[in-house]
Amino acid sequence: MTFRPEELLADQIARLIGGVRHVAVGNASPIPAAAALLARERGKGRPYVSLLGSPKNTFWTDGARELFDCAGQGRIDVFFLSGGQIDGHGNVNLVEIGDHDHPKLRFPGSFGSAYLYYVVPKVILFRTEHSRRTLVPQVDYISAPGASAPNVFRPGGPVALITNRCLFSFADGRFTLRSVHPGHTIDEVMEHTGFDFDKPAHVPETPAPSAETLTLLRQTVAPQLAELYPQFAKQVFGIELKAAQ
Amino acid sequence: MFEIAKSLDEALSVITDGCMLVVPREVSGVPMEATRALIRRGIKNLHLVALPTSSLQADLLIGAGCVETLETSAVSLGEYGPAPRFTAAILNGTIRMKDATCPALHAALQAAEKGVPFMPLRGLIGSDVLKYRDDWKVIDSPFGDNDPIVLLPAIKPDVALFHAAMADRFGNVWIGRTRELSTMAHAAEKTVVTVERMHDGNLLDDPALAAGTLPGFYVDSIALAERGAWPLPLPDQYGADAAHLAEYAKLAATEDGFAQYLGKHVYAKQVA
Repeated sequence: MTFRPEELLADQIARLIGGVRHVAVGNASPIPAAAALLARERGKGRPYVSLLGSPKNTFWTDGARELFDCAGQGRIDVFFLSGGQIDGHGNVNLVEIGDHDHPKLRFPGSFGSAYLYYVVPKVILFRTEHSRRTLVPQVDYISAPGASAPNVFRPGGPVALITNRCLFSFADGRFTLRSVHPGHTIDEVMEHTGFDFDKPAHVPETPAPSAETLTLLRQTVAPQLAELYPQFAKQVFGIELKAAQ
Repeated sequence: MFEIAKSLDEALSVITDGCMLVVPREVSGVPMEATRALIRRGIKNLHLVALPTSSLQADLLIGAGCVETLETSAVSLGEYGPAPRFTAAILNGTIRMKDATCPALHAALQAAEKGVPFMPLRGLIGSDVLKYRDDWKVIDSPFGDNDPIVLLPAIKPDVALFHAAMADRFGNVWIGRTRELSTMAHAAEKTVVTVERMHDGNLLDDPALAAGTLPGFYVDSIALAERGAWPLPLPDQYGADAAHLAEYAKLAATEDGFAQYLGKHVYAKQVA
């Protein structure tokens, strides 16, 4: 079966989520949201999935703070972060490029990253644009650091980074190339990555999503996604919201 | 003392130039009709606190020159792209930006809600968010052993402003599960609410409704504003107007386009 790049990424992220109890997804994260819903379909209703901004896909009754309080209690196992820049130390920048007093570019802002990156055990980084512009040696602004001093309370942090070209794992302050997506090469990954990373002797190709996965994504996940990400659901899956709310 | 306002403008009269105004995030009952009224009035120098993020509302207020200081965790139009007037204002240095992280804003308002001077929060240490906030402090936890933790001063806004589905003639406002609206009202000195409709009877008489009700005790003024969150969604009531938001994103990309948008959708009094 042919598949779209977004479907490969969602399948990979669903595998990274693993057998956990609770996955939360933040703003502007349609691919992680698709992955979380896919994991829930595969697990027959587990993990719990909380999609920020979706009343249908959250159980919160204590307002917008409950996500953060829940994470602080250690009750969120997986979260996702992206960045205008991500560097080789796992630092993410969601704020600006250039000098702080006179930035050249401004992004929306840090959202919950400066907290959730510390307290959620598995944070999966995603950045579809894999280039030297986005994957840099050192970020211009640290919205949230990849690692902290030993005395800083930090049960959480990055475990992986997925892009449109490949999958990296993250441990001990460094990224390691784990697989390269079909149609892409290791040389290309080296050429377009601005930071140093480790590379095992053999780097496999990222496996294509199975026919069963694609069916689940298109028939079951996509309609659920359309509530929160109508544009994405339309572009990737050709799904339109059935009725105006 | 609570009153049902004769008009939206009358309800908004407690929001004055230079005041600290707290408003909810893009999906939690953003008072858009009230925001348009404030822009028409020509309000200036707001210290806008968006709990904890914002979209169209902050972008409009900034573009219309109403904001001096913005305190929030992010401003964007979500799927419709960056918030153009916010971005331009930061790059041109025309607003003072206090970058935060979502739970820090929730916690700082909770401090005001509890009447305590500060709230501790995990995370933040080693980030530039903390580095650029002179008003946040790191202490060694008095209950730990070499355990640094950030303290955030309470945020005590002059006014909380939001839109909700319904209120009754006693000033009680049904907010459902959007509990951050309650925190905003508890923290702020005054609270102004716009609602879709008035409820017959007392919301506090029905325990099912009472659990999701902000008591009128905290509310200073209420005005009716049908579809008052438009073009943003109102939880459990109506969705966002996607076509309108896409039009905004396109127009607001330039100053001329933004002026055109204001003329059509803000200064022209009666809109959809």
